Amino acid sequence: MKRYWNEYQKEIADDHFFYERSCIRQTFFAGSETTFLRILREELDKDICDNPHQHTCTGIGYHSDVVPFETTMTVVARLFSLMTECGYKNFVPSCVTSFGVFTEMMAKWEENPALKEQARQYLWEACKREFEVPENIVHSSDIIFKFREELKPKMRYQLVNRFTGRPLRVVEHIGCHYAKIFPHHGVGKAEFPYVLAGMIESWGGEVVDYPERRHCCGFGFRQYLVQENRGYSIANTKKKFESMEPYEPDFILTNCPGCAMFLDKWQYTIAEMEHKTYDQAGYGIPVLTYEELTGLLLGYDPWEMGMQLHQVQVDRLLDKIGVAYKPEEKYLGVGGKLLPTPLKPEILKQ
Amino acid sequence: MKKVAVIGAGPAGIEAASLLAAQGLEVALFEKESQPLHNLTDKAFLFPNFADARQVSERLLEKLHTPGIALLKDTPVVSLLAPTAGGSWQVNGQGFDAVLLTSGYTTFDARRKEELGYGIYPGIHTSLEMEQMLREGKIVNTIGDMPRRIAFLQCVGSRDEKVGNHYCSKLCCVTAVKQAIEVKKLIPQCEVYIFYMDLRMWGQHFEELYREAQTDYNIKFIRGRISEAGGTFDRRVQIKAEDTLMGRPMKLTVDLFVLMVGMEASQGTRSLAAQAGIAGEYGFAQACDPHTSDNCTAHDGLFVAGSCKRPMTLTDTLADARSAAWEVLRYLHSGLK
Repeated sequence: MKRYWNEYQKEIADDHFFYERSCIRQTFFAGSETTFLRILREELDKDICDNPHQHTCTGIGYHSDVVPFETTMTVVARLFSLMTECGYKNFVPSCVTSFGVFTEMMAKWEENPALKEQARQYLWEACKREFEVPENIVHSSDIIFKFREELKPKMRYQLVNRFTGRPLRVVEHIGCHYAKIFPHHGVGKAEFPYVLAGMIESWGGEVVDYPERRHCCGFGFRQYLVQENRGYSIANTKKKFESMEPYEPDFILTNCPGCAMFLDKWQYTIAEMEHKTYDQAGYGIPVLTYEELTGLLLGYDPWEMGMQLHQVQVDRLLDKIGVAYKPEEKYLGVGGKLLPTPLKPEILKQ
Repeated sequence: MKKVAVIGAGPAGIEAASLLAAQGLEVALFEKESQPLHNLTDKAFLFPNFADARQVSERLLEKLHTPGIALLKDTPVVSLLAPTAGGSWQVNGQGFDAVLLTSGYTTFDARRKEELGYGIYPGIHTSLEMEQMLREGKIVNTIGDMPRRIAFLQCVGSRDEKVGNHYCSKLCCVTAVKQAIEVKKLIPQCEVYIFYMDLRMWGQHFEELYREAQTDYNIKFIRGRISEAGGTFDRRVQIKAEDTLMGRPMKLTVDLFVLMVGMEASQGTRSLAAQAGIAGEYGFAQACDPHTSDNCTAHDGLFVAGSCKRPMTLTDTLADARSAAWEVLRYLHSGLK
């Protein structure tokens, strides 16, 4: 199928990155960020700084109207100051919400330099720090996208169903703040972002194009964060699942913490509420981050990447790809200690 | 004998060329395509009276038989140079006493509105493709069946800040109404929707046609933009819109989705207007004054007519061409040349 903007590529730096972690990813998709660092350092031989002094970007609070603009601006300035102090110029947020916040602040500063001076003043008054604006800012999925062909020969597996020999059908879901705010900051721009589709196609899979492809995952900040609004959140997610269901996707790939979380966990809730699952066998559709997918294909241990923490379990997907894994090690903790096995839901099979 | 170059054998070019030739001038009519009237022969019926476009074309083509016209087909104009010190205008290296630019328009490339899915999903067509189906008298959905529901979307590539075309294309509103009626004549049971921003029924009989579409053909008009279109599992098209009168979002699955593509300056217009130093807004050619001198340009001996200036209906184009021919004659007889 023809995509007008497929050829649009943004500038993605080659090396020397300053990594900015997500607040929530380490809880829900616990090994993704560590996997990203491992891929960059061990597979691609890149220099990436993982600074222990980093903190929230305030994105969730900012988009929920509980953190004022000036605070967010100053917090962003502090994160940039960490990058500056470490001697880096290429800023790489792990979270799509953060990516949106950073690019928004940079755009505001460019359009209104007085705001940037205000940020400098606030930051200095608050913690006597100074910052430079990054020369290059990309989301971490952009980097995997950029090096997808370089990674391919190192991969042990492909996105092929080993039982049927057919490409795996993959739903890709891009976080709204990746390209919907500033289309030029997204590979492939806003309507058909190519960042995840490019990985899927390069690694042997088939991208599922379904009518609600661009629809929000259901997070939507206030849709979920205000408890009374959560019906909107799950209704959004349900709409997406109903739209993708006829295509029988093998899994969902996301580049945003909120999307991965909601597309994964709401499947359990929908199953409990409506006795409905969106795969024919009743196990749900696994949701992977792009780091987990890259790591899996490179042969990394799924349990070391924390994939057992998913709501929809990935074992059947691992079998389809042919990933070698040890079921008995699924719930082993540090030092080989067996952790408690989670209870199994009644409707959503595991 | 005075020589005039007319660039573009569309309706404006043919109309002006025939009038100028009838006045005893030698007219070279340049046409880049192998046949004239490229943008008219692809139509089925013309608003507002459903005139057969082929018959109208034939009447215009007859005018090419006026003695004194040399039709130069397959001859794109690659150079248009202003006269130097009492010389003549140079068109592809040949000298002329006057030049009339009638290089016309092209339609907006709907693929630029990627969210509308044209060129990506089956079942999504431009208004030109719908015209082709109407010409053949056969409208089918993506699996070859008779469509049960069709939606038209106005203002694709016009009145659109995102694509850089702020202007109104002027004739898409009535074209959609006309096409919708033709669809209903062919398939009375088909549900037809037209999504619009506001309907600009400015011409004679346009408003009547709009009323007729509602009262006689039950065509549904929804005020609102369509934000995106996507293919469904059964090869139909799902569209998302906001009904701004009702103030609520809506989702609709249709068999065919028709994009009413606006008019843009043709490549020839852009290039020649730039070469001659008369490039106006959006790549169209710029006349001296929209009220009193709409066919003259900043250069003596160079004139413009038709949709190379702005979106224009066929009726207006022909009237404009006659006006331009008069301006050319006045210039040539005025002693300025």
